Amino acid sequence: MSALMIRDLHKSYGGLEILAGINLEARTGEFVALVGPSGCGKSTLLAMIAGLETVTSGEIWIGDRLVNSVQPKDRDIAMVFQSYALYPTMTVRQNITFGMESRGVPKAEQAEAVKRVAALLQIEQLLNRKPGQLSGGQRQRVAMGRALVRDPKLFLFDEPLSNLDAKLRVDMRTEIKKLHHRVGKTTVYVTHDQVEAMTLASRIAVMNQGSVQQFDTPKRIYDRPTNMFVAGFMGSPAMNFIPARLTGATSIAVRAADGSDATLALAAPLPAGAPKDVVLGVRPEHIYRFTTDLKSRKPAVESMQAPVELVEPTGAETLAVLRLGDLEITGRFEPDDAPVMGETITLGIDMSRACLFDPTTKALL
Amino acid sequence: MSTRDLTVPVAAPATPWRERLGTMVPILVLAPSLAASFIYVFVFTLWTLYLSLSNSSLMPTYGFVGLDNYASLWANRRWNIAYTNLFLFSGFYIVGSMAIGLLLAILIDQRVRGEAVWRTIFLYPLAVSFVVTGTVWSWLYNPVDGIQAFVRGLGWTDFSFALTANRNTAIYAVIITGIWQSSGFAMALFLAGLRSVDPDLVKAAQIDGASVSRTYRKVILPTIAPIFLAVAVIQIQFAIKTFDLVAALTRGGPGVSTTFPAIYVYDLMFQRGQIGEGAAAAMMMLAALAVVLVPYSLWIAWRRRGEGRNG
Repeated sequence: MSALMIRDLHKSYGGLEILAGINLEARTGEFVALVGPSGCGKSTLLAMIAGLETVTSGEIWIGDRLVNSVQPKDRDIAMVFQSYALYPTMTVRQNITFGMESRGVPKAEQAEAVKRVAALLQIEQLLNRKPGQLSGGQRQRVAMGRALVRDPKLFLFDEPLSNLDAKLRVDMRTEIKKLHHRVGKTTVYVTHDQVEAMTLASRIAVMNQGSVQQFDTPKRIYDRPTNMFVAGFMGSPAMNFIPARLTGATSIAVRAADGSDATLALAAPLPAGAPKDVVLGVRPEHIYRFTTDLKSRKPAVESMQAPVELVEPTGAETLAVLRLGDLEITGRFEPDDAPVMGETITLGIDMSRACLFDPTTKALL
Repeated sequence: MSTRDLTVPVAAPATPWRERLGTMVPILVLAPSLAASFIYVFVFTLWTLYLSLSNSSLMPTYGFVGLDNYASLWANRRWNIAYTNLFLFSGFYIVGSMAIGLLLAILIDQRVRGEAVWRTIFLYPLAVSFVVTGTVWSWLYNPVDGIQAFVRGLGWTDFSFALTANRNTAIYAVIITGIWQSSGFAMALFLAGLRSVDPDLVKAAQIDGASVSRTYRKVILPTIAPIFLAVAVIQIQFAIKTFDLVAALTRGGPGVSTTFPAIYVYDLMFQRGQIGEGAAAAMMMLAALAVVLVPYSLWIAWRRRGEGRNG
């Protein structure tokens, strides 16, 4: 059974369309991430699931209930806000019990629930403090505690980590993942950070301009993005897009730095009706220094020459900017085997991992 | 070579002179107003304090008489009425204008249509001077051609509305007028406070299942508690200075029923030539203000220290 089902959901303010026909579902216990650039409508979608925004048209089902016109408090959801939205004048304990008090839950039961959640999140020693006296990470925990204590059908997270510094963000990310494993609640998680989406979600919905571009597992989204937007948005450094020409049923030509054409064999033939001009999408980690040994291990690797324009060592890996025709592409190398600036190397491109796109429709071929 | 260049004295004097001017400018700009406020506030306060201990009558004289002026002040029934009126008026006026101001602010905060129009209407009385307010309301309270006459003209011939004509109710006429004048001001401050509350807090309370009134009582209003204090302090000093409103509305009457300390001070000093006792009355007004403002500024300082410690 699916815990959340969204059918053909529309939202517009006046004439401005924010969401244009969203279809989405989350199975019970699943972790769904909504990811996209700012203004893509992901936060609006979350607010509509929570009942904080009205539905223009379409249906939202939570469990087996159509909730379009149900009040937020009756939707059996809990939400963690970007700003945490902790009640500043209440202690941590009061923050956590506020919802139960509003619902008239008996005091003993409240105390029991607070104890359980505080132990789960290790915030027992913070219960009598006010939010102003907590650090960012602690506030984050309290906000999650307030959501957890409700034991809801559906958890909603609205960019919960974006106010934390880089290190804490990684820690809290791990913690959210652990927590989800332990609690096993259906979760919808909005983020603009594709790494968060990749690491946390069991399925990702990539959104742009009010519609879902692709809704699939992180691996499928990363390996087989349905269009150039998804391909470019997911992954850092971004996928390289190289204009190419079909030269046969299974080969393409790419402009090299010296203006000559390099012919690359495709790993699989293109479907019939593919355009003559295509865009070759290659992730930086599928670009290697070509060796015969590599070719024997990965038979789909194709080679071409490229001068190295710039080298950026990051420690764990070294990024090299390579010239191809009049564009620059990025390759990711082992630091020990990294090219040096000014060198012209023989690239190996793993064509079995490459994607081909239609330059006019931007769709995957 | 380079060390010797540094010791060449040619370029040296220009920079310090400019720097000194740079540091002097703020002091020079602030000096006149600092001097003025020092003279008008502290020097005159001390002078008044001294006069209150002197035997000044028509003109300031400096024969020391101790607390005689205070004794004769507190022996005067009219001063006692004035001081009682001050507390009665302050209490009702502050609570009333804050309650009405808060109510208006909450109503306007519900995203009403034409918010700017409502805001202007409610804030407008503040733009009218107390003298105009007092005069207009004195006409409204006037039984012969005010509200009473109007309603009677509509047919309710038994209708009675003559607050200012009765010595027991006249003070309430002053209170109502004061509230009318300043609830819009309280509303503006409260509205600004309500608008500064993180909208996510309201959403969180909504999901937590709190009703609208519970959300206001438990979440929003506690968050803007400092604004309550600020509004109260501003209103209190309005209340204690009340002079022109009463002067225009009731002239302290009927009898002495709406006399206020400020009116009494004016009367003693400039009508009756009792500057010494007038100064004593003025010091009592200062004491009333200090009772409110000293704890307030101590509290502010204490809170700031607390913030500094946490931050």
